[in-house]
Amino acid sequence: MSDIAERVKKIVIDHLGVDADKVVEGASFIDDLGADSLDTVELVMAFEEEFGVEIPDDAADSILTVGDAVKFIEKAQA
Amino acid sequence: MRRVVITGTGMVSPLGCGTEISWSRLLAGENSARVVTEFEVEDLPAKIACRIPVGDGSDGTFNVDQWMEPKEQRKVDPFIIYGVAAADMALEDAGWHPKTDEDQIATGVLIGSGIGGLEGIVEAGYTLRDKGPRRISPFFIPGRLINLVSGQVSIRHKLRGPNHAVVTACSTGAHAIGDAARMIAFGDAEVMVAGGAESPICRISLAGFAACKALSTQHNDDPQKASRPYDRDRDGFVMGEGAGIVVLEELEHAKARGAKIYAEVVGYGMSGDAFHITAPSEDGDGAFRCMTAALKRAGLSASDLDYINAHGTSTMADTIELGAVERLVGNAASKISMSSTKSAIGHLLGAAGAVEAIFSALAIRDNIAPPTLNLDNPDVETAIDLVPYKARKREINVALSNSFGFGGTNASLVLRRYEA
Repeated sequence: MSDIAERVKKIVIDHLGVDADKVVEGASFIDDLGADSLDTVELVMAFEEEFGVEIPDDAADSILTVGDAVKFIEKAQA
Repeated sequence: MRRVVITGTGMVSPLGCGTEISWSRLLAGENSARVVTEFEVEDLPAKIACRIPVGDGSDGTFNVDQWMEPKEQRKVDPFIIYGVAAADMALEDAGWHPKTDEDQIATGVLIGSGIGGLEGIVEAGYTLRDKGPRRISPFFIPGRLINLVSGQVSIRHKLRGPNHAVVTACSTGAHAIGDAARMIAFGDAEVMVAGGAESPICRISLAGFAACKALSTQHNDDPQKASRPYDRDRDGFVMGEGAGIVVLEELEHAKARGAKIYAEVVGYGMSGDAFHITAPSEDGDGAFRCMTAALKRAGLSASDLDYINAHGTSTMADTIELGAVERLVGNAASKISMSSTKSAIGHLLGAAGAVEAIFSALAIRDNIAPPTLNLDNPDVETAIDLVPYKARKREINVALSNSFGFGGTNASLVLRRYEA
């Protein structure tokens, strides 16, 4: 797992209080990890803070899974 | 009118986590005031407070993880956690866990707070200034709003009746219980979870109340001497924190399920001073009318009173309240015991009236008046027993609890031993 993926995973675990083994690439924040709509807003803010990237609202709306977040950040930092 | 009784109590107080441990320590004369060590107080005029004992949950300590998951704790200010914890305790104590649609819809929540999430607002203010609006958490608002104690309790226990909140400064807890009792009396609900919660102990709050000249600043070296209602050396209140929650229930509803009954809520009075934003009028008119209204509603006379839990904050206003009580009770003064439990737990602001109503109910249950600590030299002479230092065993069938708040808002509750 890449450094970015590891950091994303840690943020998700901290914010959603879920077990590490559930935070897999295909896991949906809302359907699989128990997040609500406010949790996802806060998660996106935490990614922005951690990686120093800006995630516009329309892009944030398409970040539904752990993998989506990793891909967006990798692209933003590339 | 439908009768309303108290069938459950819950409390997080500076004397402990739980009603019974707080009560037993109160009766034993324990004092919770100490120097604040959790944040910088060097530049503050008041460096002391009555803090909830935090620990692993044993010996009356408050273990936050027992009441809310860590990921949820992050999203709210402590007053919400205290309120949720005390409500959990109260519902457990009452044995009321509504499962059917009918029972859930018959149960409401009315919990207030004087200030709400002050500390969280300060933190968010720094974030806004330093990092900009995109860094304000979506949980900032719902974690600070005063009615989110009621909201959280409602969601947690599926209570789908009236969902309300009160904000009347230091009268909040008493107003919440009085208003909730009326909702039951009017038939809006069969059961109400009611009270107050407050977490005011932070730098901005100590600075603000000190600026109002409301806090004790002369006893920083000897904190346990600071809260001294009626004493000539009092110089302001000591800030407390916590929550007091009761389960109120329509009498027949309580009897039908064999619930334990602490006391009946028989009277509730309200008044406004229309005088000053922080000071009561010197003639105590607002307090007098408030107590009079509560007794009238109860159908009782002043000579029926056995115990009064005073507002008694350890400020100059103590003697104004005492004067109003003397005017109310007249020749019955010598048969009444009146104490300020703020001498032991400090001033819990929006939670004070609720915690003190619970103490009043327990005074009836156990026939004992809790003490007024630090009353060495009463400022004025009175025939009323102010219960200095030691709890007094005595017959208590009727108790009155006073709460007065900034803005000139007053509330009195009258509780009576339940008789069929």
